[in-house]
Amino acid sequence: MMEFFSQGGYAGYVWGAFGMTFGLLLIEVLQLRSSRKTTLTRIGRLLRLRAPRQASTGADPQRGTSGPTS
Amino acid sequence: MTINWFKFASPAAFYPIAGRLIPWFSRVALALVLIGLFWGFFLTADQLGGSNPQKEYYRIIYVHVPAAWMSMWLYLVLAGWSAIGLVFNTRLSFMMAKAVAPTGAIFTFLALWTGALWGRPSWGTYWDWDPRLTSELLLFFLYIGYIALHSAIDDTRRADRAAALLAIVGLVMVPVIFLSINCPDPNQCAALHQRSDPGSIHLSILIPMLTMTLGLWSYSFAAVFARLRTIILTRESDNAWVRDVIAQETTA
Repeated sequence: MMEFFSQGGYAGYVWGAFGMTFGLLLIEVLQLRSSRKTTLTRIGRLLRLRAPRQASTGADPQRGTSGPTS
Repeated sequence: MTINWFKFASPAAFYPIAGRLIPWFSRVALALVLIGLFWGFFLTADQLGGSNPQKEYYRIIYVHVPAAWMSMWLYLVLAGWSAIGLVFNTRLSFMMAKAVAPTGAIFTFLALWTGALWGRPSWGTYWDWDPRLTSELLLFFLYIGYIALHSAIDDTRRADRAAALLAIVGLVMVPVIFLSINCPDPNQCAALHQRSDPGSIHLSILIPMLTMTLGLWSYSFAAVFARLRTIILTRESDNAWVRDVIAQETTA
């Protein structure tokens, strides 16, 4: 087991390369998730602000200005 | 049967398609990367080469080469969608280009980073102004330039077109990276990329390397589509279909 982690004494290089790769990809995934969440919330808020004007054009009547926040 | 491709060019049509594809690309990516890692670490020899072997650090190849390939491939995708956007003036193409750039920049950085960590034990240096290292660094700056230029222009349409032009001009870097081998005799230049053809790599190394490449490719699809969906929602927020999507997804 220790043999695997030491990688013949090159642990710093090997794990530095693999760690940075999967670390950055993980950060990208988390960033994508959080930006999706913020975008949904932000547009949802925008749409609720506009809702009174759109109510007459067939918008969902349940979504008013005082609707629950997401 | 003829398929009307322009039907899929509408952001409203592609948004749900991308949403359905993301989980599949994610699963394929995870499976291939795990297979590639297991194969690369446990089913391969600890040394590579004959008289002057590369030790365990050669395993960096399993992330270095896929990252470098993806960095170039995603740049072709970025420039391709930019060109299609400029020619056909399709909104989705520009969104696609914008969605590709950050993932491409990450892979370019990773190619440089893993290359440095491989170069130190094998060449004795983290960095050298080797043609391939230099041109890959310029590719990184091009990605950064695309992202910076796009976010520096407030008007979306102008930002799309200006950044697209930059992406297309920067396309010259990809063949330069690909052909940047400047070492006729490997014994004369230790700290340089040397010519290598896939046939000369042992199959036990080549297969996990290709598996990782396909895995990271699949990952790129998932990441780019996820970013694309956010961009679509932001840009199309005036349209009625977005209202339905938001109503559905925020209550779910």
